[in-house]
Amino acid sequence: MGGFRQGVEATVPALRRYARALTRDAELADDLVQDTLVRALRSEHLFHGGDVRSWLYTILTNLNRNRLRALARRPIMTAIEDNDAPDMAGPEAGGRDIERALATLVEDQRTALLLVVLEGLTYREVAEVQGVPIGTVMSRLSRARMQIKDYLDGKRPALRRVK
Amino acid sequence: MIDRNSPVTTDELHAYVDGVLPADRRDAVEAWLATHPEDAAHVAEWRAQADAIRARYGAVGQEPAPERFDLKRLTRSGRGWRAVAAAALIAALVGGIAGWLAHGAAAVAQYGLEQFTSEALNAHKLYIAEVRHPIEVRAGEEHLMPWLSLRVGTTLRAPNLESYSLKLLGGRLLPGLNGPAALFMYETPTGERYTFYCSRSNAARTALRYNTAGDAAAVLWVESDIGYVVSGPAERSRLLDIAQTAYQQMESRPPTRSTENQVSSRRGS
Repeated sequence: MGGFRQGVEATVPALRRYARALTRDAELADDLVQDTLVRALRSEHLFHGGDVRSWLYTILTNLNRNRLRALARRPIMTAIEDNDAPDMAGPEAGGRDIERALATLVEDQRTALLLVVLEGLTYREVAEVQGVPIGTVMSRLSRARMQIKDYLDGKRPALRRVK
Repeated sequence: MIDRNSPVTTDELHAYVDGVLPADRRDAVEAWLATHPEDAAHVAEWRAQADAIRARYGAVGQEPAPERFDLKRLTRSGRGWRAVAAAALIAALVGGIAGWLAHGAAAVAQYGLEQFTSEALNAHKLYIAEVRHPIEVRAGEEHLMPWLSLRVGTTLRAPNLESYSLKLLGGRLLPGLNGPAALFMYETPTGERYTFYCSRSNAARTALRYNTAGDAAAVLWVESDIGYVVSGPAERSRLLDIAQTAYQQMESRPPTRSTENQVSSRRGS
């Protein structure tokens, strides 16, 4: 049991990083992390060994999906998350570009890309977190990378902005 | 790129960039890239993207965790996280209530099955996002079923979906198209949520119908003047399995006595 808690504690910085990149909003990200921890602790008894880290990534990913589903029916609210809002965090233009490029991705593609690139999960682990076959992870990853390239090349597609 | 003339696949190029390519394939991929500038450009581009992402967000992972994430504090019935949940609740309500009001104004007496389903899906989407208040009455409370049965006007039962790792959290009462509606919420250990919605329907008996709305989906059926909707993530076969299970359990529910219905609908509160 102590191992479980230690595992959770050790993962907090990584969860914050992942949530920040997923939401691109510091406050929202930390709320997600907190909800994830509360849920993980509450269902500690349901954790039957395995990788605590993957389990936490799974919870956070699902909570974020729930959040986005609720947002999806409120187009007026999502419009507030505009790309043109002044950037609070990054002074460097490159950081802003990648942030905006990430914002144009479909959620499942963004999740797959971030888990691989930022969190260093293997493709198999990402498949488990997302509950899909590895082939699906590969195609999400591939599409995410193409989409980011297109965006950075200036071919801004007429795509809805999904936060 | 998977044909015989190209011994390196796109997947391998991704694996190469992500450092998960098996060591014995490394030379082959590098030789390939040396003679295929287009693929080499892709690889360079993907690397640059990954570097940009790590440069942008990597630092967050180096920060010491703020105090609010102290596990002992979070377990102690969590003073801090109540505020978080309240904020989430307000955000959800601002959007949600507006939606409900707009809906109510447009209400007319006769509704088709589509509206019935979309009503259930709206409730689903609204309440699955709730961290602290996904339900009104918890599953353990004895009055949950009698209360909702009384209001909906039939003997209700929440299906047992534990074979899908779905635990019943509880239920709530909602305004429906033809009267009160009951919404039961289920959750997997990793936080995926499903809902079971029931309300009166004046439609004829139907078979199971699958509908998607974005990344959520619903399965509807009508039986003995009650419409049922199982909603969850849009994974067709799983949702249909779950709905089938619920359907079978509802089939075997005790028959509704019409006198009881009249009494309960008159009683109100």
